[in-house]
Amino acid sequence: MEISQAETAEEAARGLARRSGGMLGRMAKRFDLYLMLLLPIAWYLLFHYGPLYGLQIAFKDFNPGKGIGGSEWVGFDHFQRFFESYYFERLLWNTLSINLFSLLIAFPVPIILALIVNELRSKSFSKWLQNITFIPHFMSVVVIVGILSVFLSPNTGPVNKLIEAFGGEPIRFMESAGWFKTIFISSNIWQNMGWQSIIYIAALSGVNPQLYEAAKMDGASRLRRIWHVSLPGIVPVIVILLILDIGHFMDVGFEKILLMQNNLNLESSDVISTFVYTTGILNGEYSYTAAIGLFNSLINLTLLLLVNRFARRTAETSLW
Amino acid sequence: MSKQATAKPVSDGRAFDIVVNVLAVLVILVVLYPLIFVVSASFSDPAKVLGGEVWLLPKGFTFEAYENILHNGKIWTGYRNTIFYAAAGTFINMIMTVLAAYPLSRPDLPGRKFLMVLITLTMFFSGGLIPTYMLVKNLGMVDTAWALLVPGAIATYNLIVMRTYFQNSIPWELQEAAHMDGCSNWRLLWSIILPLSKPILAVMVLFYAVGHWNSFFNALIYIRQESLYPLQLVLREILMISQSAAVDATVGIEDKILLAESIKYAVIIVSSLPVLVMYPFVQRHFVKGVMIGSVKG
Repeated sequence: MEISQAETAEEAARGLARRSGGMLGRMAKRFDLYLMLLLPIAWYLLFHYGPLYGLQIAFKDFNPGKGIGGSEWVGFDHFQRFFESYYFERLLWNTLSINLFSLLIAFPVPIILALIVNELRSKSFSKWLQNITFIPHFMSVVVIVGILSVFLSPNTGPVNKLIEAFGGEPIRFMESAGWFKTIFISSNIWQNMGWQSIIYIAALSGVNPQLYEAAKMDGASRLRRIWHVSLPGIVPVIVILLILDIGHFMDVGFEKILLMQNNLNLESSDVISTFVYTTGILNGEYSYTAAIGLFNSLINLTLLLLVNRFARRTAETSLW
Repeated sequence: MSKQATAKPVSDGRAFDIVVNVLAVLVILVVLYPLIFVVSASFSDPAKVLGGEVWLLPKGFTFEAYENILHNGKIWTGYRNTIFYAAAGTFINMIMTVLAAYPLSRPDLPGRKFLMVLITLTMFFSGGLIPTYMLVKNLGMVDTAWALLVPGAIATYNLIVMRTYFQNSIPWELQEAAHMDGCSNWRLLWSIILPLSKPILAVMVLFYAVGHWNSFFNALIYIRQESLYPLQLVLREILMISQSAAVDATVGIEDKILLAESIKYAVIIVSSLPVLVMYPFVQRHFVKGVMIGSVKG
């Protein structure tokens, strides 16, 4: 009784204060919120929406003298030239295959790692495991590729020393087209599995312990408990991360590929994004490469929409 | 959870425990070995590294490689530049991210849905490399420090994480009460919201600073002058470009190759050191940041 009275009194006071502040006062209060947003929104418009204006050069023959707006329209000429070029198939295949293999091989690894962390009985050991696997995440791409090149070096690297010890011939890993994708993907796993497992570990700790008890009562082995309790418990998280990954399907690891690329492995390391960089920025073919970049983004966007839709129907989880 | 549940019966999964522990040890070895190799090689006699004698521990312990780095002017310039880019860049990042995240966390802000869509969309679609490059070029930022500080002023993901934190961790009643006391939004942000958000602010500073420290691609496309090179670009030259130079010189002076080879390991260590030394102290915060980010707002 007393409480509800106090509550109504408070509410009334609040309403009064609000009303006495008046419409103008409230707008003034929000005016400074918009003032805060001024700079960030201007920045978003300039640096994220500005390039969308510049994207029109994909359909134009960009002439620096005439500027973006004044250059001649050429329709889909650049796209046609790209589709008909001899390197189109190679670029598309490399881009698709590197990303597809990454998705198939690298995506499940952090999930497995999280399950291992979750199943370890020693809490301190599982902390150690986590902390150690995080380390490579904080190293730069340049450093990672540097480590790869010394570690896999044909003369001095321990990998080739091991091969030689077993009587094999040293392999020039970094200059081999055949090894490129394997090295790229496995070093990605090495660098990121620990970090990517964090979300899964958090999700696993949220699974209701009673479910494990119940499964145990029913005589489920630990492997079965992982399969029937742990995994279903984190499916929503898995689906969300999968969608996000597929949304960036066409541009995973561009910087690293660029660093690992050399003339000897170009056959399997030449992807759309590195081609855009070398032909666009270095050789100045802006219009042509803007068109190729647009093609790349459109595939990404299409995949994202498709997968999101599919996930919403089947797993009842989606980004929006 | 399952640890407690399975603690009692001995027969339940002894073999399973062994497999899990062995896997964990294997993962640790695989992650650590390359790092240990690089550290050991950096402290070893270059001739022994080149001869492939270094496996696990340093052979012919020496600081030679590090001494060579001390005399390398390029590395110092890179270091100094990177410290500046990281400090100034993170400062800009934080101001811009807070200024965007706070108003957007306010449920009483008209138009906030629309603004959030405007911002979130940029995570899924962009003009691409070339139009962005042309924009930065037209703004006259190419070959200036601005190109490394301004185009990346806000990471949308961080903005969303921060907004979620403001929204979920600071009681709305508190803000309303402050308003009733006649507190302006600027003061509210400065003296109530920010002091209450120290954990997330710390996480963001770390995310941004490490990002600046490790980034090389923007510098690669926007910076031509060597005096403006960040550490990562200098590093790239030493690790990847001098490699071919060293190969060309094979017939020439052996010492030169030796030096170029040995400096690589040390340079990897020196450039990663600041982040790795910080790491044990801030590791928990990073994890916290990912956790907050995974809670959808």
